[in-house]
Amino acid sequence: MSGGARLENANPVIFQRSGERLLTASEEDEDVHDPIDDREIFDLIRSINDPEHPLSLEELNVVEQVRVKVDDAGSTVGVEFTPTIPHCSMATLIGLSIKVKLLRSLPDRFKIDVHISPGTHASEEAVNKQLADKERVAAALENSSLLEVVNQCLSSRTM
Amino acid sequence: MKESLSLVQRFSAHPDSRCWFVSWSPNGTLLASCGGDKAVRIWGREGDSWVCKTVLQDGHQRTVRKVAWSPCGNYLASASFDATTCIWKKKNDDFESLTVLEGHENEVKCVAWAPSGNLLATCSRDKSVWVWEVDEEDEYECVTVVNSHTQDVKHVVWHPNQELLASASYDNNICVYKEEDDDWECRATLQGHTSTVWSLCFDATGQRLASCSDDRTVKIWKDYSNESGQVELPWKCVCTLSGYHGRTVYDIAWCRLTGALVTACGDDAVRVFKEDETASPDEPVFSLAAQVTKAHSQDVNCVAWNPKEAGLLASCSDDGEIAIWRFQEEH
Repeated sequence: MSGGARLENANPVIFQRSGERLLTASEEDEDVHDPIDDREIFDLIRSINDPEHPLSLEELNVVEQVRVKVDDAGSTVGVEFTPTIPHCSMATLIGLSIKVKLLRSLPDRFKIDVHISPGTHASEEAVNKQLADKERVAAALENSSLLEVVNQCLSSRTM
Repeated sequence: MKESLSLVQRFSAHPDSRCWFVSWSPNGTLLASCGGDKAVRIWGREGDSWVCKTVLQDGHQRTVRKVAWSPCGNYLASASFDATTCIWKKKNDDFESLTVLEGHENEVKCVAWAPSGNLLATCSRDKSVWVWEVDEEDEYECVTVVNSHTQDVKHVVWHPNQELLASASYDNNICVYKEEDDDWECRATLQGHTSTVWSLCFDATGQRLASCSDDRTVKIWKDYSNESGQVELPWKCVCTLSGYHGRTVYDIAWCRLTGALVTACGDDAVRVFKEDETASPDEPVFSLAAQVTKAHSQDVNCVAWNPKEAGLLASCSDDGEIAIWRFQEEH
């Protein structure tokens, strides 16, 4: 690496992106109620930018559709994300970006829980506790420099 | 006997924002609310409905997390994420900014007035609890900074008739402080909750303390200190209410008039518990007397019993609304 900050994980494994969602006839029918499903949530978060690499969370396998759990009737969404390395200092920021994306996108009735996939990070418990504390999340989002970093993760990347 | 919780009125208090906290004035006629819109609003009853009397703006640069009335009802304190606490003085029907208490490094999470009105406590994410002394000229001076918690301090509350202070923290513990040679010291650390303790409330006598937590439980602690105060562990947990709350319990209030306990929960519900009067004081039993499962459309952040009108209850939520309820015991 010449110049620039040293990356924590310089050579991440890159995964294939999943295809576009196939629409069924009933989904295209405006008169049919479509519950929010796992794939819909996954589509919201898979394109979030990694704070370190010019790659999406899906391409780094940080988020996977199998780690998204939606209960539309019960109004709950659970997302587990997997940091690429167990000491990743960006874990809280990634979790916050996922949480903010979902808070901004979903109806207010949803309870959104974002956790680290069990056993994949050294500070799993501390990061999970911080992400679950809505007072700390609210205060963090009033911090303009942090909000800018989160918004960068959530901005659409030019391919 | 059957109890019920019925809605009196619901109104939008902090539109497009969250309402974090509500507090009744000591005579029960006014309700102060605060929220993510950086404002404090004062509500009063006109006929059968509650209307906004005043909006206190420009006091804070960020979210106003808590508000507290002085025991005389002539002052209001507001604690904000902007690291300051504002003191407002009541002038006829309006409030004017009297002073700004600075010193905390970051978000002030709570403010509380001692029953004498001469002391004020604040706490912050900076892990400290500050005690301020108020003199007759409305001057505020910090007398102690206590660092007994290892994390964010969420709440502070005073004993109803002694100069005893309790705090709740993200470190899962509760600390109880007493003045010792002009200095406030932590005299007891109450351990038992397995996650953040969000709020605390003493009962009318001050012999018991109720706490609520992110671990979805409520705990009742009893003071076993004797006259000389020489007890190893003065506060013991005598009751745990688990299985009732579906998510974090954000607030708890103990009615000084009826003894009913009410909780505000992240599962959108408001629940009222009554104590079984036949149970032993060392093993109290509380049972769910009434609940409204969809009290609000989002998390309920705060619950407050009116200090004068038994059974009148206010709650507020992330949906920006305040709801006024009446808890009734039907015979």
